[in-house]
Amino acid sequence: MPREFTPKVITANALLEGDVVYLTSSDTWSRSLAEAEVLTEESDAQYRLLQAQARSAEVVGAYLADVRPGPSGPEPAHFREDFRLTGPSNRFHGKQADGLETP
Amino acid sequence: MYQYTDFDTAFLAERNRQFRAQVERRIDGTLTEDEFKPLRLMNGLYLQLHAYMLRVAVPYGSLDPAKMRQLAYLAERWDKGYGHFTTRTNIQYNWPKLRDIPDMLDALADVGMHAIQTSGNTIRNITSDHFAGAAADEIEDPRPVAELIRQWSTDHPEFQFLPRKFKIAVIASESDRAVMKSHDIGVRIVERDGTRGYEIWIGGGMGRTPMVAKQIKDFVPRADLLPYLEAILATYNRLGRRDNKYKARVKITVHETGLDEIRELVEAEFPHRRTAFSGVDQEWLDRIEAAFVTPTLTAQDPAPYQTARAADPVFAAWADTNVTPHKHADHGIVTISLKAHGATPGDASAHQMRVVADLAEQYGHGDIRVTHAQNLVLPHVALTDLPAVHAALRSAGLATGNIGLASDIIACPGMDYCALATARSIPVAQGIANRLEELKIEHDVGHLQIKISGCINACGHHHVGHIGILGLDRAGVENYQITLGGDASESTAIGTRTGPGFAYDEIVPAIERLILAYLDLREGPDETFLQAYTRLGMAPFKSALYDDKARAHAAE
Repeated sequence: MPREFTPKVITANALLEGDVVYLTSSDTWSRSLAEAEVLTEESDAQYRLLQAQARSAEVVGAYLADVRPGPSGPEPAHFREDFRLTGPSNRFHGKQADGLETP
Repeated sequence: MYQYTDFDTAFLAERNRQFRAQVERRIDGTLTEDEFKPLRLMNGLYLQLHAYMLRVAVPYGSLDPAKMRQLAYLAERWDKGYGHFTTRTNIQYNWPKLRDIPDMLDALADVGMHAIQTSGNTIRNITSDHFAGAAADEIEDPRPVAELIRQWSTDHPEFQFLPRKFKIAVIASESDRAVMKSHDIGVRIVERDGTRGYEIWIGGGMGRTPMVAKQIKDFVPRADLLPYLEAILATYNRLGRRDNKYKARVKITVHETGLDEIRELVEAEFPHRRTAFSGVDQEWLDRIEAAFVTPTLTAQDPAPYQTARAADPVFAAWADTNVTPHKHADHGIVTISLKAHGATPGDASAHQMRVVADLAEQYGHGDIRVTHAQNLVLPHVALTDLPAVHAALRSAGLATGNIGLASDIIACPGMDYCALATARSIPVAQGIANRLEELKIEHDVGHLQIKISGCINACGHHHVGHIGILGLDRAGVENYQITLGGDASESTAIGTRTGPGFAYDEIVPAIERLILAYLDLREGPDETFLQAYTRLGMAPFKSALYDDKARAHAAE
């Protein structure tokens, strides 16, 4: 039996700012994970990733990141994505300081 | 301090002009990321977890007040008001924007600085003894040779695409304050029968496969240094493995080929290289040496220093820990700790950088060093000026008296910033330092080096920490392995793993148990942690780590 597909979002770093962005279902890049499109099927995820990677004038290093459902949208499944979502733990910089930490 | 020639200035201006155009072409879409990435890495620009990171070279860790003030300016103008000093004695900015990088590089060029070869598979920043020119035990100031190697290696056309990055350190004393034996090539200036030359070490390194460098040549005459280095690099460039990133460093080439065979290959290559050197490099070295004259230090009355020591125990304790004897007895070498308890190791605010620049100008003959342990040094301060220096440092939060103590921790940026990291380092360092401060034991514990890396690449030098900590991702959770018995000094040794790792919330208590166990086990205050470990071996420390944990667990 094939393994169950873990839901994913597409994330990358913005070309100019370098900060973390997520692909939305309307094909825009959002700074907020809550607005990310959650991909629940592997073939769809791979297709959307190819589309995202083609947008090299907007972002760098697009990839699929595991998420799990939370009360206000997707939440990171791995601690690395937690840090990308929040910012560094030693200084109040990054998304946590910009008010973009979600959910 | 070496001052740029017209050639250097023009070279850098042209390089910066090229990179500005490359950034523009990346932004307008002419260059893809695949095309741009090697270009940005050649100029020190990384893309990390939350932002771009610009790594600026500080050759052999030497700065002057103008350079330090410009670093402060960059921090305020284009970053978030601080910079991070690294174990390669460089400085990193964690939050620059892509569009601003060309302006940052131009601002650096204004003070003779750049970010070239701070990344990529090239010869990286040349490091040296941070006490160079001031240490009582040096044969000569090693920095002119480091500068010669810097000039030779910068944009050297043959060595821009090495199998992997390549790190060189130069020292000039028996004591090793630059972790020389953990470098791809270590150069030690020696004297034989009244003649100066170089002892050459090869194949040291940390990372996934830590190795201590081996001596490939016991004496290279002065005029043969660059051709000999070139012969080594050429041999490595040909033999080094390009099929596997983790086997591409010269330490693996030496290990797989064998030191004797490598030596023969280098010796066979050497004559071809030697004939290409007409001696112009030695003329350059003479010119460079003239730029590194130790300042004329006038005799100073140390009486006010002794009076201040007697009057102020905090000052006396700081001086005991942070001031090293200078070759002139009425002067001292001041190490400024960037390790305030609970702070991020190696971070300095723009204000702190300016305070250090001012102090260097007023009391320190304009000389500032960055150490591989992520601290700063004023190498030439009269003892009589120390009370004033201490007071100024204190008002800037820079007077922590912990150099060489357990809270003087090396920590890489870890997963708080680094895209390669597998776990965090900084909060572990903060946690250990804060706990030591609560317990008020670190002066009793004495010399103890704790070094933390957030991944196997070992930027935090954990392999050579008396206590080394390596952060890993174990099944999606941060996990920390401990090694003991590493040594970063001239008696370089790689630490040994204690056993299973510890979770994020267990690692600080585990280190506390180790330190308390040492206090119980040592023969007296003169026996350091490392000496006690060498005498007793792993067993009692392992017991403190794991048996106590098991007992605590059973008692819950």
